[in-house]
Amino acid sequence: MRRVALHGEDQDMISIENLSKTYGGFEAVDDVTFTARAGRVTGFLGPNGAGKSTTMRIMVGLTPPTSGTALIDGRPFAELPNPGLDVGVLLDASAQHAGRTGREILALAARTIGLPRIRVEEMLHRVSLSDSEAERRVKNYSLGMRQRLGIAAALIGDPAVLILDEPANGLDPAGIRWMRDLLREYADQGGTVLLSSHLLHEIEVVADDLVVIGNGRIVASGTKEDLLAAAGTFIRTRDAAGLARALSAAGISSSVTSEGAVRTDADPEQVGLIALEARIALTELRAADGAGLEEMFLELTAEPQRDPISSEGAAA
Amino acid sequence: MTTTMERTSAAPARSLRSTEQIPTRRIIGVELQKMFDTRSGFWLLVGGAIVSVIATIITAFADPHLSYGAFAAAIGAPLSIILPMTGILAVTSEWSQRTGLTTFTMVPHRGRVIAAKLAATMLVGLASIAIAFSVGALGNVIGSAITGHRTVWDISIGNALTIFLADGLGMLMGFMLGVLIRSSSGAIVAYFVYALVLPAAFGALAAFQAWFRHAQGWVDFHDASTRLYDSGMGGSDWAHLAVAGLIWLMIPLAIGLFTLSRSEVK
Ligand SMILES: Nc1ncnc2c1ncn2[C@@H]1O[C@H](COP(=O)(O)OP(=O)(O)OP(=O)(O)O)[C@@H](O)[C@H]1O
Ligand SMILES: [Mg+2]
Repeated sequence: MRRVALHGEDQDMISIENLSKTYGGFEAVDDVTFTARAGRVTGFLGPNGAGKSTTMRIMVGLTPPTSGTALIDGRPFAELPNPGLDVGVLLDASAQHAGRTGREILALAARTIGLPRIRVEEMLHRVSLSDSEAERRVKNYSLGMRQRLGIAAALIGDPAVLILDEPANGLDPAGIRWMRDLLREYADQGGTVLLSSHLLHEIEVVADDLVVIGNGRIVASGTKEDLLAAAGTFIRTRDAAGLARALSAAGISSSVTSEGAVRTDADPEQVGLIALEARIALTELRAADGAGLEEMFLELTAEPQRDPISSEGAAA
Repeated sequence: MTTTMERTSAAPARSLRSTEQIPTRRIIGVELQKMFDTRSGFWLLVGGAIVSVIATIITAFADPHLSYGAFAAAIGAPLSIILPMTGILAVTSEWSQRTGLTTFTMVPHRGRVIAAKLAATMLVGLASIAIAFSVGALGNVIGSAITGHRTVWDISIGNALTIFLADGLGMLMGFMLGVLIRSSSGAIVAYFVYALVLPAAFGALAAFQAWFRHAQGWVDFHDASTRLYDSGMGGSDWAHLAVAGLIWLMIPLAIGLFTLSRSEVK
């Protein structure tokens, strides 16, 4: 039945190379390169308008790229003989004919892919849509029900690769938990999962690898452990501006967060010594752990109205 | 940036498994199903059937000169509006209802999908016209029996075929507008401009401009295809139909297919 790769370790199932998409001079996706590996959940993280959906649309051939390539297991998506068996795609759960019932939508997918009708019932059961809900027209579906239906449609061909754009959108806490477990299980069984989100916390709990995009460019990528480890130091003090000045004098860049805390890439010991020399009392000094990624992400989000208090700004 | 980490899972990596291309027959089947399984598609077709039965009954009682031709004309009139609408919606719903996101992901070859839609549309068209002819024949037999007239069969096989062609061209016109405009409301408006406004404009132009009177036959596709409903298409009629069809049908269709194949589906 299912062919299993013999040398499947660290296999790049999705590889995006130098992908760009320009809309009349505006670079929505700008020279993006990353991979998603089999057996892992890859989180595609970025603020609103960063280019996540555009990148995913290009991956499945709905949007032609301006340049660059997007390959699924070494092949362009359009060259897959029957993509529904290989790649499960959920781009927008609302993009369904309002006049069809949930069951009809799954039946059409099953028929197109060439699956037995029983798959429809299995999938409805899998995403917990009841019989009466399955008979309702999609225009009467709640957001969460649409999302479940979209996930059912993505899973119906039992694909090795999942590409999901904000799948947790509209799900209640139990639904988010269910989704998380489902994706984890998929990856643990050797599948490749790429999911996008604009919420760091949502993706942090499920992803093994992270790809962070901002303004169309990849700003960080790697395993979650690596990204979280490279977090730097988090400091609280009454004299944040003074500390930033002292750090800057020592050649260390730092930033002052909106709550008046200071963050820097230098390690805590070094920061402590500099603060001692500058005679600045600290109220808190610790490794920033997860907060580092969060800071980076917040900075990305705030990019257009960039925070005026940078280390240089504070020194001036 | 990429660090090699052992995969957390124990299972071997799953690889792709699809080997066989989706057969064209299956895509056509799915497209046919899509034409019927929505309320709009369903009522368009059921509505067509109901209207044709009503048209038959009215003809049977109201028309003093009962003949097969009278029945066929009464049924054909609503059909000639309904069929182009079916052609339009078969294409545009992918965009207006945004189902294209799924459709073109499951079959990532737009040409194949559009060709399947055309085949499905034409099958529905053929079936509808055949049913209309049958309902008309039934009406003719029953109507003449009730009213005591002689049953008159006044449509030749040749004329029946040109009627098929006329309805097929109307449907293709709708299909073309769907491909070109890719929005249900926009394409429907465009169709009525083509079917109602343009002929009136051409007529007015011909009435006031002598030079246009000679050119009209070559550029008025609606007029040229309407002639197919009457018997006795001459050589020049066919030439007019071919030239006007090239201008109003084939060239826009080619442009529509080209832009559709490179457009963004979102
Ligand atoms: N057809 C288009 N014409 C012009 N700009 C476009 C077009 N499509 C997308 N964009 C722009 O490209 C950028 C990226 O959009 P995209 O939908 O990929 O963002 P996203 O990361 O998915 O955001 P979100 O988290 O809000 O879903 C946005 O600035 C968007 O306005
Ligand atoms: Mg998006």
